[in-house]
Amino acid sequence: MSAEAVLRVLKPGPFSLVQDLGRPGHRLGGVPEGGAMDRFALVAANLLVGNSEGAGALECALGGPDLVALRPCLVATTGADFAPSVNGQPVAGWTSHFLAPGDQLTFSGRRQGARCYVGVDGGLAGDRWLGSVATYLLVRRGGVEGRPLKAGDELGRAGPGVRPAVAGRFLPPAGRPAYASPARLAAVPGPHLSRLSPASRRALFRESFRVSRDADRMGFRLEGPPLEITGPELLSFGLAGGCLQVPASGQPILLMADHQTAGGYPVVAGVARADLPLAAQLLPGDELRFEKCGVEEAHQRWRRLRAGLETLRS
Amino acid sequence: MPPPRSSPRIHPLGDAAALVDLGRRLDTALNTRCLHLAAALRKHHAVREAIAGYASVVVHYDPEQISFRGLSAAVRRLAGLRARAAPVGRLHRIPVAYDGPDLEATADALKLEVRELVRLHTAPYYRVFMVGFVPGWAYLGPLDPRLELPRRRVPRTSVPAGSVAIAGLQTGVYPLPTPGGWHLIGTTSVPMFLPQSDPPSLLRPGDRVRFFASAG
Repeated sequence: MSAEAVLRVLKPGPFSLVQDLGRPGHRLGGVPEGGAMDRFALVAANLLVGNSEGAGALECALGGPDLVALRPCLVATTGADFAPSVNGQPVAGWTSHFLAPGDQLTFSGRRQGARCYVGVDGGLAGDRWLGSVATYLLVRRGGVEGRPLKAGDELGRAGPGVRPAVAGRFLPPAGRPAYASPARLAAVPGPHLSRLSPASRRALFRESFRVSRDADRMGFRLEGPPLEITGPELLSFGLAGGCLQVPASGQPILLMADHQTAGGYPVVAGVARADLPLAAQLLPGDELRFEKCGVEEAHQRWRRLRAGLETLRS
Repeated sequence: MPPPRSSPRIHPLGDAAALVDLGRRLDTALNTRCLHLAAALRKHHAVREAIAGYASVVVHYDPEQISFRGLSAAVRRLAGLRARAAPVGRLHRIPVAYDGPDLEATADALKLEVRELVRLHTAPYYRVFMVGFVPGWAYLGPLDPRLELPRRRVPRTSVPAGSVAIAGLQTGVYPLPTPGGWHLIGTTSVPMFLPQSDPPSLLRPGDRVRFFASAG
């Protein structure tokens, strides 16, 4: 870890990890891209504090940590709204705030969403594996010793702090993903959609599903109308984040950041990248629907979402 | 016989990847064609990654540089090119202690003596058809049909790293402790997941593997 510790962890929160935009280019060895579940929120947190898009930041699931600044720094919280405070005073999300040494950033409770991101100017340092500091729990690599934060951890800066530090930089709601529950996820019909029975095909794009308790960074098992698959078993093939697999049980699985890189279950749809942040903010029990979408339309949605970030470039 | 050169079917896999389907057979020649297509696609400026499966290639592309339609055209053009000589995969000889918790039950289910099971498992040079699922996992095959069994009805919640297993016409070595539904017939001390290497996998697509019985 870098010599310059910038934050100390007083309380780690339920499940806080150092993440970045992951390690693309290593699927050949079976390594998923990984990185932030809500990539938009991580990028926004970094841009708000003057970092490059893919710098290391915290991903805090279910609730936030208690952090104390060891050096002057800029922080910004994005993604889920866990009611952030500085020294007990509520502060706005999606906004950069200056912390002096001794200042505490805490979170008083979950108001919306599942994962909050904390960007720090200079970017967070971490164990680098295959070009990324993203924590990958399965192989215990990246981040802080490949594990969630614990009390007493000191988080280092990857690079020098940004000068001048500009507090008060803000991303207005119109520039953010339309987080909501139930979530409506644009999904491109997948290669094996025709293996669903006609009734199941209709149900996929009409009925609502619920995130089950079996939901983690690898994927969400969904509950809803059982989807009936026909035809012989498939030979294993490569997968991508956002793929919706349907195993024989008929309970679909939505693949998330740390998904397996290959599998043999039919893939009936692929969620558009622009809507994966919406999925990343769902918790067990939350509802979602899939809305059929063409590839070109999905690309347009991505460009519209990205346009919201352009105001943050200085 | 050369594989048929029918035009591949190309399906979107979300909006930044595509599945190129080249066939449905577990077949070395078809898999070689997939490896060639993946290698050719990797040289395309808009392709970020291309991963060969048994009989398919998944292409991860940059939609800011190419449309799905443009990618499909590039895939068809490259799939039509005549492949050069097959890349020479490395040969790995891997010692196995045939002491897995499912060894006896598997032999019983196959109506084979354990000694015969071991002989049939150590005879072939297996091909690495695909690497994936988890880091370091390699799909090896084809297995002798006399060793073909469906997966366990109830998968184990955790299989130790180094477990040598069979299922269907496939065999493999668990690189990490993960859940798994294959039949565990042995163990090896050769690590499959190499975190200090890039790629972090001992086995690569197109490599060959031969197991031999060791004392453990």
